[in-house]
Amino acid sequence: MNKLHPPDVAASRAAPAGPVITCELLTKRFGDFVAVNAISFEVAAGEIFGFLGANGAGKTTAMRMLCGLLGPTEGAATVAGFDVFRQPELIKQHIGYMSQKFSLYEDLTVGENIRFYGGVYGLKGAVIREKTTALLQRLGLEAERNTLVGSLPLGWKQKLAFSVALLHEPAVIFLDEPTGGVDPITRRQFWDLIYEAAAAGTTIFITTHYMDEAEYCDRVSIMVDGKIEALASPAGLKRQFGVATMDEVFLHLARGAKNTE
Amino acid sequence: MPAVELINISKSYGATPAAREVSLTVEAGELFGLIGPDGAGKTTLFRILTTLLLADAGTATVAGHDVVRDFRAIRNVVGYMPGKFSLYQDLTVQENLEFFAAVFRTTVAENYDLVRDIYEQLAPFKNRRAGALSGGMKQKLALCCALIHKPTVLLLDEPTTGVDAVSRQEFWHMLGTLKARGITIVVSTPYMDEAALCERVALLQEGQVLRVDTPDALRQSYPWPLYAVRAAHMHPLLQDLRAYPDTHSCYAFGESAHLSLAHAAPDAAARLTAYLTGKGHAPVVVAPVAATIEDTFMDLLAQQQPAA
Amino acid sequence: MKAFLMFVRKEFFHIFRDPRTLLILFGMPVALVTLFGFALTNEIKNADVAVLDFDKGAHARQVQNRLFSSGYFGLRDYATTYPDVAAAFRQGHVKLAVVFPVGFSADLDHLGHAQVQLVADASDQNTAISLVGYATSIIRAYAQEQARPTGPAGPRVEAVARLYFNPEMKAAYTFVPGTMALILLLVSAMLTSITIAREKETGTMEVLLVSPMRQLPIIIGKILPYFLLSFLNGLVILGLGVWALHIPQRGSLGLLIGETLLYIFVALALGVLISTRAASQQTAMLISMLSLLLPTLILSGFLFPIASMPVPLQFLSNIIPARHYIVVLKGIMIKGLSLRELWRETLTLAGMGTALLLLALASLKNRLA
Repeated sequence: MNKLHPPDVAASRAAPAGPVITCELLTKRFGDFVAVNAISFEVAAGEIFGFLGANGAGKTTAMRMLCGLLGPTEGAATVAGFDVFRQPELIKQHIGYMSQKFSLYEDLTVGENIRFYGGVYGLKGAVIREKTTALLQRLGLEAERNTLVGSLPLGWKQKLAFSVALLHEPAVIFLDEPTGGVDPITRRQFWDLIYEAAAAGTTIFITTHYMDEAEYCDRVSIMVDGKIEALASPAGLKRQFGVATMDEVFLHLARGAKNTE
Repeated sequence: MPAVELINISKSYGATPAAREVSLTVEAGELFGLIGPDGAGKTTLFRILTTLLLADAGTATVAGHDVVRDFRAIRNVVGYMPGKFSLYQDLTVQENLEFFAAVFRTTVAENYDLVRDIYEQLAPFKNRRAGALSGGMKQKLALCCALIHKPTVLLLDEPTTGVDAVSRQEFWHMLGTLKARGITIVVSTPYMDEAALCERVALLQEGQVLRVDTPDALRQSYPWPLYAVRAAHMHPLLQDLRAYPDTHSCYAFGESAHLSLAHAAPDAAARLTAYLTGKGHAPVVVAPVAATIEDTFMDLLAQQQPAA
Repeated sequence: MKAFLMFVRKEFFHIFRDPRTLLILFGMPVALVTLFGFALTNEIKNADVAVLDFDKGAHARQVQNRLFSSGYFGLRDYATTYPDVAAAFRQGHVKLAVVFPVGFSADLDHLGHAQVQLVADASDQNTAISLVGYATSIIRAYAQEQARPTGPAGPRVEAVARLYFNPEMKAAYTFVPGTMALILLLVSAMLTSITIAREKETGTMEVLLVSPMRQLPIIIGKILPYFLLSFLNGLVILGLGVWALHIPQRGSLGLLIGETLLYIFVALALGVLISTRAASQQTAMLISMLSLLLPTLILSGFLFPIASMPVPLQFLSNIIPARHYIVVLKGIMIKGLSLRELWRETLTLAGMGTALLLLALASLKNRLA
């Protein structure tokens, strides 16, 4: 079903030893300010995990810690089996990351970008070539191999960036507001890619400002003032708060927030 | 006299068209939305209306003034919030407001009435530097600054992008209050759910106006029979729905999938349920649903570029 | 008018709240001048000298005594052949060699003039210039002392050096005017262009343009604070130069201030011109570095003597405003010259300023594109 990952790889990842992300009382303080306050959760392999919160609730800080970019103050967390305190470099090798802001080099061609990122993650030349062909075929971008990324439409760039972030077959991919600014059809096409990657066993960790996108996640956590105030499936959250939409769940929780950025 | 009028406005950057023969009319006192993704030409239209850019072709007026000939007059009567956060980060809330009041040859006291509701929310932070405010607070301050000279027309370029849901809701509430005071507001947004909060909206894509209408009329103009379909797993559901012979289009829509059928049939829902159950989905719920603006927009987009 | 005053007030807020701007404004002049003061004391003290004395006469010996008792020079090598001297230079043992030709003492006594050769290690050009300068002045002073008051012309010693000869003999005299020229340029042009570019970058320029405020008052409001601060800076550097580094101020103070204001005007016009072209702070910074800072450092005669440059560069140096300003500063302060001697430089600066300002005004736009 998924051409991005060969079946054997997908199969090997579909039977993981345990949760791909574990977080226990993870905390980050900046001086007196507690940006992330003892958050705990687990994310299973192949799960689509929505990470929501108002601006300044601590989402970005938490995500940076999980990506190995920022040392936590206390608590414990593992990502892809590696410890965020002791093995941040190993974490970086085993995760993918994509945000709306950081995607690809606009002044390199599609093929050059893929080769570059493949090289960054230590893939061999032959493997990169093979994957490049498969990836372009899948996205229908074969004709654009030698096109500068800067001249592609935003929607294509985002799909390409997502696929490139999956090139080294990471256990987890962190998506930071990946669909900002694109039209509703392209947004849904992007979600098709997310579903496929998840079905192949890749864990998806995603932040978004689009509340309808929260509905597409298997489970959603909502951070308020550095704490996770709610964590359940979208249906579960709506039941819990007795409302009809995720928007209302979010508004209900975020209203009481004290900290903002 | 319309508050804002664009007639056949075109603008290109090099070979890239940003606006293609755009014609729009916004009546005085209206809350008008420009809805579209990045690259739809929203910012270009705002810059033409604020006299910052000259169109390649076409004419436009704001408050009855021509954007080319009477640009000075326009600069006296419009309030403008550009897409970027456009305040001085190193000045305090109060300093920013006083500065913009002076630039517009007025004082904060003179027009305090208009900004009172918004400014009172900022008052506790008035000695804080603008750069240290939260996204929502910055947005409120920018709105205050754009209002301080009592503009008759307010032009807001994506004021809610990147702002969380709570702040967005508060912001739209403020726009409603300003509209009640008779200010014409043109606001752009990439969020479809905000389109419903405008009186009329223009749906934009790649520099073209796809349609202009009231939110209700846009919803009702949706031409296909539409169903909300639910099952336990969204991804296989979408794939199976797309494979269904009578499917016209199928998109994920919150917790359900919106399925439009190529033909209306009284037993469509029952047949669909049977088809999905046969594919192993459970529990299957199929119900007719009213189209949203987003459904209409996606339908228009799909007509634009069938390949997408 | 109130809008304009508020604008200027806002500019001062920006300046006093930005540590980087403050550092360039107030830290840099002091740092440069202090650095120089340091360099001055270190520069020439017991510099290693090789002597190649083919003459071995009384005058040659006395000149050597003068040199080595001055405190500036120390005898390192007593060479006997030219290759010895060359070897000493290659090994970096000596910075200067003094060569007395055969018959030096006899020529001085009988003909009234003689030649001494000074060979300096030009890899360190500034030091070389200073060494040659110091040595020359000591040798000349010696020759003049030998002159009989009644004689028609005293004996002369010609110091033959291939290097540029700094007649003022002190590097401080080049350095302080150079620092002035550089700092004023940096503050006036670079900071102004960056601050205008910043407004474009953050989007505030968009809002300002869509307001009743015109472009010109915006620009003037931007440059006025920097004009005042530049001037203040100029006075501080001048003060440091005169009182701390003991540079004379022989000319008219009024003229000095007038010329300084003229130079600031040129720099500001340059800054505005850059700002009309640069869309971001980074671009403004790059353009400033490439078009102001580097050419001024290299071509103004501040670090490298213009006379020792290749001819095309000498020619190019004429378009560097700082070059003319440095000539003016030296002329007024050290030589006590007046406008009668400096009209050419003054006119050049005024012409540059006017041309740049017209160019800048022509490229000011009411719109974004």
